[in-house]
Amino acid sequence: MKVLVTAVEGNKQVSNNIYRLSAEFESEIKPGQFFMLKTTDNSFLLPRPISINDVNGNIVSFLYRIEGQGTKKISSLSKNDELQLFGPLGNGFDLDKLKGKVAIIGGGIGIAPLLYLCKLLGKKADVYLGYKDRENMYIIDEFKSFAGRCVIVTEDGSFGEKGFVTDYVDYDEYNVVVTCGPEIMMKRIANICKDKKIKCYVSLERRMACGIGACLGCTVETKTGNKRACKEGPVFDSEELI
Amino acid sequence: MEIMETKAMGLKFKNPVVAASGTFGFGEEFSEIYDLSILGGICSKGLTLSPRSGNEGIRLWETPMGMMNSIGLENPGVDKFISDELPRMKTYNTIIFANLGGHCEEDYFEGIYKLNDTNVDAVELNISCPNVKSGGMAFGVKSSVAYEIVSRVRKICKKPLMVKISPNAENIPDMAAACEAAGADAISLINTIQAMAIDIKNKKAVFENVYAGLSGPCVKPIALRMVHEAAKMVNIPICGLGGIMNAIDVIEFIMAGATLVQIGTANFIKPDIAIDIINDLEEFIDKENIKSLDEIRGII
Repeated sequence: MKVLVTAVEGNKQVSNNIYRLSAEFESEIKPGQFFMLKTTDNSFLLPRPISINDVNGNIVSFLYRIEGQGTKKISSLSKNDELQLFGPLGNGFDLDKLKGKVAIIGGGIGIAPLLYLCKLLGKKADVYLGYKDRENMYIIDEFKSFAGRCVIVTEDGSFGEKGFVTDYVDYDEYNVVVTCGPEIMMKRIANICKDKKIKCYVSLERRMACGIGACLGCTVETKTGNKRACKEGPVFDSEELI
Repeated sequence: MEIMETKAMGLKFKNPVVAASGTFGFGEEFSEIYDLSILGGICSKGLTLSPRSGNEGIRLWETPMGMMNSIGLENPGVDKFISDELPRMKTYNTIIFANLGGHCEEDYFEGIYKLNDTNVDAVELNISCPNVKSGGMAFGVKSSVAYEIVSRVRKICKKPLMVKISPNAENIPDMAAACEAAGADAISLINTIQAMAIDIKNKKAVFENVYAGLSGPCVKPIALRMVHEAAKMVNIPICGLGGIMNAIDVIEFIMAGATLVQIGTANFIKPDIAIDIINDLEEFIDKENIKSLDEIRGII
């Protein structure tokens, strides 16, 4: 694996504070993996771990929300600007384990890393997407074009169903559930799956400095001891987690 | 390049560039990115006698041109290091330091006894840990306390011994002199600077331990001053670290008196940064027609 300094292919706003950046990348990428992204001007120090949103041929795209100085700076990049890119990192989703009917449940910015998985699974996956409100929705049409069923939930009911996405999933229909989003949402889903004896994979987000397993900033407590979200994760079998 | 070759502590380093403890794991992750034999050396992740799972809560926080960490010495313990990590580290064909911390004297002694029987090249002694038997004050704050622990470790340690000095020491020249008098073969400085971050929204400290260690380019001017102070005081080699990002920073540390340097936080920013630093350093030596690093060492 090499640290690349590459040119930005595109960087467009797709929703409120949410951007999609794309760049050329040659090697194989698994859904659920991430890259460490950084501008090359040293305007901020640590690279930012950003999950891959989609892969099209040799173009990889990242969908991110402006959260602080780093993502703000990244959002200001234009086509052909320099970008430091390092990845793909983490385990990603193991497609061999996603057998039978799959429910993909995403919440907020946690929806972003699920698109490429949805694309690869196709119609055998149903998608349940939870957004804060209509204004903060993004890439719904893309999910609709790949998935079997696509259920949209907004907290305020300004689009689709009203309330929390976890309440609109027909869990019993599925062999496997995959989720990414706020921890409280993933915890609820993991608990429901545990009761119903459905396999559940969660993709976790943690602060990290290096992204390769050296800094130990992204530790996740599991039943078999500390694991690193960047290396053994970010995708975990929910039964492993405490 | 022959000029880069550096002799210190009775060891021969290919070049003065060493990977700093806590920023490089046990090398494995970086060995997937580049050939680690280009390095002068590697300091292992900070070890303790028993395994530690580290701190709860937020462990990292970025600051302007720096970062804070409160990892809490998460590590597999000395035994696991010796059985699982060291054999692989030794294949990297570079000098391997075992970085050892402790929370009481016995921790250090036990750890040293175990490391004595291995083929690790040297020990880097972390004296920044709180001493649980004297109210939690770190061993490395008072020179007299540091002198005691270092001289006792020295008596039993069969490996070349480098003591890592904390910038939180009461007096850096005194501390450097105390470590030298206690028999250290070298000193490394600086460890992270105790710092703090506050989350004003939740009205609480960011870190569970309230204080955390600051590193990165923002600490470099302080590190440089401390290396300079120590170099004026002692004759043993100094391994300078603190915010080194490029070859120019390395030259500055050497001019301040360092024999070796360590790359820390920069490993997170660009995992193969050591390649750039070593190449640029060679280029500088060439361009400036430097015949030996001694020509520029401690010239300030």
